[in-house]
Amino acid sequence: MLTHAWDRREFRLALGAASALFAFASLAFSFQVSTSTPSQTPAAAAPAANPPAQNPALQAPPASRSGLNVVVLDPAHGGTDTGARGTGGIRESEIVLDFAAQVKRALEGQGFQVVLTRQANDNPSFDDRSAMANAQLGAVFISLHIASTGLPGTVRVYVNSDLPTNTDPSGLISWDRAQMPFQPLSRKLGDTVQGLLAQKFKGSPNNAQAAAVRQLRTTAAPAIAVEISSVVVDDRADLDRMAPGVADAIATGVAMFKPSYVLPSNSPGGTP
Amino acid sequence: MSRGLRWLIAFLCLGVIVAAIYLPILRRRMKLAAKLQQQSAEQARRELTQPVPVNPADARVKATMFWASGNSDGLLTQTVAELPLSSDPVLRSKQVLNTLLAGPVDVERRTLPPDAALLSFYILPNGTAVADFSEALATAIPSGIQSEQLAVDSITRTLEANVPQIQRLKILIHGQEVETLAGHLDLTGTFQVNTRETAPVASPAVSTSPSASPAPSGASPASSTPTTAAPTSSAPTGVAPAASPSPNASTPSPKPASPSDKPPTSPPGSKPNLSPAPQSTPTRPADSN
Repeated sequence: MLTHAWDRREFRLALGAASALFAFASLAFSFQVSTSTPSQTPAAAAPAANPPAQNPALQAPPASRSGLNVVVLDPAHGGTDTGARGTGGIRESEIVLDFAAQVKRALEGQGFQVVLTRQANDNPSFDDRSAMANAQLGAVFISLHIASTGLPGTVRVYVNSDLPTNTDPSGLISWDRAQMPFQPLSRKLGDTVQGLLAQKFKGSPNNAQAAAVRQLRTTAAPAIAVEISSVVVDDRADLDRMAPGVADAIATGVAMFKPSYVLPSNSPGGTP
Repeated sequence: MSRGLRWLIAFLCLGVIVAAIYLPILRRRMKLAAKLQQQSAEQARRELTQPVPVNPADARVKATMFWASGNSDGLLTQTVAELPLSSDPVLRSKQVLNTLLAGPVDVERRTLPPDAALLSFYILPNGTAVADFSEALATAIPSGIQSEQLAVDSITRTLEANVPQIQRLKILIHGQEVETLAGHLDLTGTFQVNTRETAPVASPAVSTSPSASPAPSGASPASSTPTTAAPTSSAPTGVAPAASPSPNASTPSPKPASPSDKPPTSPPGSKPNLSPAPQSTPTRPADSN
């Protein structure tokens, strides 16, 4: 009788101890799981880039006149690609979209048709953006950027640096170097716009700079990139204040460039 | 019976106490191990790349480094540094690039992110150099045309000034060809390094080096073997891949003018049959070459 009661108590104790051990063991196991998982997450978190491009058919206006009709404005980056980011939370992809709207208005004021490569926060590929200019008749291409370096309040215009001479025995230009025949025209447009910008924004260079800008390489049109310095400003208003001047310089520059817009002989526009 | 159970309970209690003490220690150790593991990948890569042998026997020569001017005008200024440089071009390139990466005394003048490392470097027989940098070069550099251009310029101009054997430079990121450095600058092609191709630079920095060549002949071949996977796609002529075949070569071009009389084949998405421009006579055939 007595032993029986003891037995029960001991049994309960044993059961309690065993469950405590089990609890520890499961706790330990969960640590192991939690320490091993973080190494897998970064790969899973890789952003899905390149959402599908906008439908160009919505934007591509039929150009009937010859000469320079259309300006393709390219607000760079977008979507998961924010571009340059300032410590104050300024994002290149957002600001260039606002700039593009102002530049568009200024260009339309000069009588140009304007096509935007993106109108929302998405990110068409480099090729999709170039294709919008390549599909136009008599277009120029202007890519808008905000730098993360440089003297704040200055603007720089870039043209594609000279591509290596074509070594293809057939003498054909592959589309991924479509900019090649347009380089002299791009230079002329770039210098014109840069000259106007230098008047408005002191400290900016007087001539366009050459750089291997990926976006320009596949563009079969006179193409420039305009980069505004910079996202390091504390207040976004400092950049917004530059927008009217940039818009005006670009619109005036394109209008000044228009008479010299003659398609090169080996461009898509030069051959029947 | 009851004594056996008591022993069992005692053992179990002991087990619980031991576990209570040991498991927190174990947990701490595991956390530490996980942290170490993350570091070690980058560290191992660094250790692989570090042993760019600086041989004290090499003569100290004046090496010209191109760093930023420091007043955010996007310009480079040259700095002459006395370095023991090898006469082997590959070794020498690694040495100057590591010096460039290590950066100037003034942080403002940096052109490359401090985390970036040169993983491997080799020179093809035709004078094209291939430099493979760690991912930090692409991820830690300030995004922008100006900053990316400055970084590449500092690399190419420093190589030009110190290693006359290099004609062109191909930049890889972690063994891979990438489209852009950080969203702007095109890395699919090669960069012209030596602009004076016919006359190799005879800068004072270089001229002193060949004389002092008790260069360890054993060391150079070892270092010239690429440590990471060689890029299979490194086109020696600098032609970017994906050159479209352009099937219609049927139109014979009377004008020998320049590369092509054929329009560039349109990118996917553009309408192919545009070839517009009733502008029949291009009065100014503003050809580039």
